[in-house]
Amino acid sequence: MTLATFFFYLFSIAMIASAVMVISARNPVHSVLFLILAFFNAAGLFLLTGAEFLAMILVVVYVGAVAVLFLFVVMMLDVDFTQLKQGFLQYLPVGALVGLIVLVELVAVVGAWTVAPEAALATPTPGHLSNTAALGMVLYTQYVYLFEAAGFVLLVAMIGAIVLTLHHRPNVRRQNIAAQNARTRASAIENKKVPSRAGV
Amino acid sequence: MAIGLEHYLIVAAILFTLGVAGIILNRKNVIVILMSIELILLSVNLNLVAFSAKLHDLTGQVFALFILTVAAAEAAIGLAILVTYFRNRGTIAVEDINMMKG
Repeated sequence: MTLATFFFYLFSIAMIASAVMVISARNPVHSVLFLILAFFNAAGLFLLTGAEFLAMILVVVYVGAVAVLFLFVVMMLDVDFTQLKQGFLQYLPVGALVGLIVLVELVAVVGAWTVAPEAALATPTPGHLSNTAALGMVLYTQYVYLFEAAGFVLLVAMIGAIVLTLHHRPNVRRQNIAAQNARTRASAIENKKVPSRAGV
Repeated sequence: MAIGLEHYLIVAAILFTLGVAGIILNRKNVIVILMSIELILLSVNLNLVAFSAKLHDLTGQVFALFILTVAAAEAAIGLAILVTYFRNRGTIAVEDINMMKG
């Protein structure tokens, strides 16, 4: 058993066990933490296949951003999670059945696939470059429009999330910078001629 | 025994199955459903990367990158909808989300 084989089994078993815990944990905070563990182990699997850049992106984007987002929302919402967990045993037969069918079908597919002989490689991996450099060479030339589209998707998601969650409260006095900048000497200062000993 | 493509495909298949089962098992809890969707997308990524390594073709990794982008956007929008819904209704139980009678 080589070291790569050992790590493959380690990462796979840890990832699958933590995925089981994600869907069966009683507390959603534990679910999120196990999701983070699953992502870490998936990053390890990516490293084993040689996709170093994607492994790092998985850790940065998923563990650093998405999982923390989940954690924020789970902790922010004051939800009675025990009540949400009630149907678990009731749905267990259906869930197990559907899962078993999907698994059997997928394994049947895995056991019987072949690559068509006429299938050509769209972007063969350049041998002399590192994984990140090779990915960059492809991403900014051949897939540049898809890259722009991905950026656009992220922009739309950002604007959508802001629009959805922005909460305008009435009766709040806000600073009006335009009005402040539009003040002139004439509108701000009033000269009064005060007679002596008479007061204003 | 060397680790081949089949090993990765079987691990990804198990992960996909767990994601699908998680959606069905946690029918009442939207947050866990969203996490199950993340698991499914992760298993798809695993497939793409495994094929990319096997065929020495970078396309799989490029598309895994795009799937990562879409998954991040989906999580952000889904959680934003969840927060808005909780603010309006005070619950996130799935069976209460029936205002549109869909």
